[in-house]
Amino acid sequence: MIDEELIKTMMKSVLLRLLGLVALIAVSQPGNAQLRIEISRGVSGAVPVAVVPFAYDGRGQPPLDVANLISDDLLRSGRFAPMGRDDMISRPTAAQDVNFTDWRLLKTDYVVIGRVVEDGLDRYLLQFQVFDVFRGNQVLGYQFKATAGNMRAVGHRAADLIFEKLTGIPGAFSTRVAYVSVVRDQEDVYRLIVADADGANPVIIAESGKPIMSPAWSPDGRRIAYVSFEDNHSAVYVQELATGSRKQVSASPGINGAPSFSPDGRWLALTLSSVDGNLDVHVLNPATGQKRRLTRNPAIDTEPAWSIDGKHIYFTSDRSGGPQIYRIPVEGSSSAQRVTFEGRYNARPRISPDGKTLAVVHNDRGNYRIAIIDLDRKTTQVLSDGSQDESPSFAPNGSMLIYATGSGGRGVLAAVSTDGRVKQSIGAAAGDVREPAWSPYPAD
Amino acid sequence: MSRKFLILLATAVFVLAACSKGGTKPDGSEGAEGDAAGGDYSSQSGLETGTVGQGTEYVEAGMEPGDEALIAETVIYFDFDTARIRTEYSEVLAAHARRLGVKSGLSVRLEGHADERGSREYNIGLGESRAQAVRQALMLQGVSATQITTVSYGEERPAVSGGTEEAWERNRRVEIIYSE
Repeated sequence: MIDEELIKTMMKSVLLRLLGLVALIAVSQPGNAQLRIEISRGVSGAVPVAVVPFAYDGRGQPPLDVANLISDDLLRSGRFAPMGRDDMISRPTAAQDVNFTDWRLLKTDYVVIGRVVEDGLDRYLLQFQVFDVFRGNQVLGYQFKATAGNMRAVGHRAADLIFEKLTGIPGAFSTRVAYVSVVRDQEDVYRLIVADADGANPVIIAESGKPIMSPAWSPDGRRIAYVSFEDNHSAVYVQELATGSRKQVSASPGINGAPSFSPDGRWLALTLSSVDGNLDVHVLNPATGQKRRLTRNPAIDTEPAWSIDGKHIYFTSDRSGGPQIYRIPVEGSSSAQRVTFEGRYNARPRISPDGKTLAVVHNDRGNYRIAIIDLDRKTTQVLSDGSQDESPSFAPNGSMLIYATGSGGRGVLAAVSTDGRVKQSIGAAAGDVREPAWSPYPAD
Repeated sequence: MSRKFLILLATAVFVLAACSKGGTKPDGSEGAEGDAAGGDYSSQSGLETGTVGQGTEYVEAGMEPGDEALIAETVIYFDFDTARIRTEYSEVLAAHARRLGVKSGLSVRLEGHADERGSREYNIGLGESRAQAVRQALMLQGVSATQITTVSYGEERPAVSGGTEEAWERNRRVEIIYSE
């Protein structure tokens, strides 16, 4: 007896495999390290929202489906549950067409409508409004000028504003993430990539057969400092993103590592070693070459991070035996004070944008995990659940941490909200990705 | 106790061990016995038969018998979270030191590595400590500082990929790389 269902299922399976093969070919192109972000844990009671397809008033096709971009941003935040377009009874694009009774029936809390208006040669206006369905009124209305080229960025900016209006937390969708991608083949290829926070528009800004590590953003988001071993020893470079122009700022004998920009963007903290291999934290003015040693200890002192006011530097030191976090004033000659005491391994500090917590790599019963330490209360809270988690980096709004972890033997990225409620898994199509660094807000 | 002091102490113990064993062949026999392994010329039956004696191992001045085999070993492995050189490497490093002593034009690059656990820049520090421990061991046996350079790759260039104990063991290492 031939089972029709079985044949159908088999054909479907063959088709899916073929599709999978096509997908595999598409993603195995060299250089394809685009990130894919998925929610692995969202908040219970995520806010239902409907982002209605925007109207387009212009010639040809709109440059971008902005409503889809906004809806995806809200979804990935883990705090919203956007409605599928097929579930929408109506698709209003003007305020007077929003029927609140209908939206109440669909149990959505907010409705976002908008339009893109062509306003000249490669000039557009993006207008959008957010309505509170329960109260039946507008809670946000805004418009931006845009070009075809920056429509994505403008869409993310709109999502930032919507997110802030509805959660009270500034959005961080219009930011970017720098990360290192490694493809091991006959020859290793290390790439430093900068992409939008949603993983789109990945741009390779440096590439080498030798390790690239420790990317760090300047406070204005225009430059990235990083370490490259391209000359068979470590050196620190600073690269302008807009022009691609690059300057080697430190190539002392020994180690040149762990660069970190001061809050005013004028200084770099970094790790240098003497010829006998003693690592110490230094500060360097890349413009003048002026350099000053901050720590004087025979232990490993590394991974500097500036306090928000720029007056202190947090760093990792194993002067007490294992790695712990210490803090030293940038000016004066006061000695370093130990900051962490919980657990036998606390390393690579990053300060939260409000200056109140430190994110660290923390050994949690044999697993290396991301933890945040409340600097006032001295409490440690473990946020991640992997075994080799590292490189935590705060979103500029302080609501999320992006970090590196492992999945299926590969290096991937993940993000977790600082309250632990939302988790994202961030995979790349090929190779390992690691050392994510979340950009600051773009300078206006 | 400081890390530096620990490294020095470990190095000193290791050098003493190496000195006490100086001239000992890998099989444990004394070096002097090696000379007897050659044929005795007077017992040869002469040119007509065309036979040749066994010959003795030729050892360059300043080198020891068995050094070539020891020098072939160019990777020093380490225990977790330490830069202490295991005593099993004393003869290997002594042989490398003799080679560098004999050929002053040779230099070595010591590449220190760590396993993947923990943070990356801290692991650069660990790899450097290991490279420095090997450097100190060679220098205490007379190798000139100018013949040695160090670099640490931390966990960036694993010899073996994977998150197993076996992979980690292979990755905690210093590679000795010669150049003219």
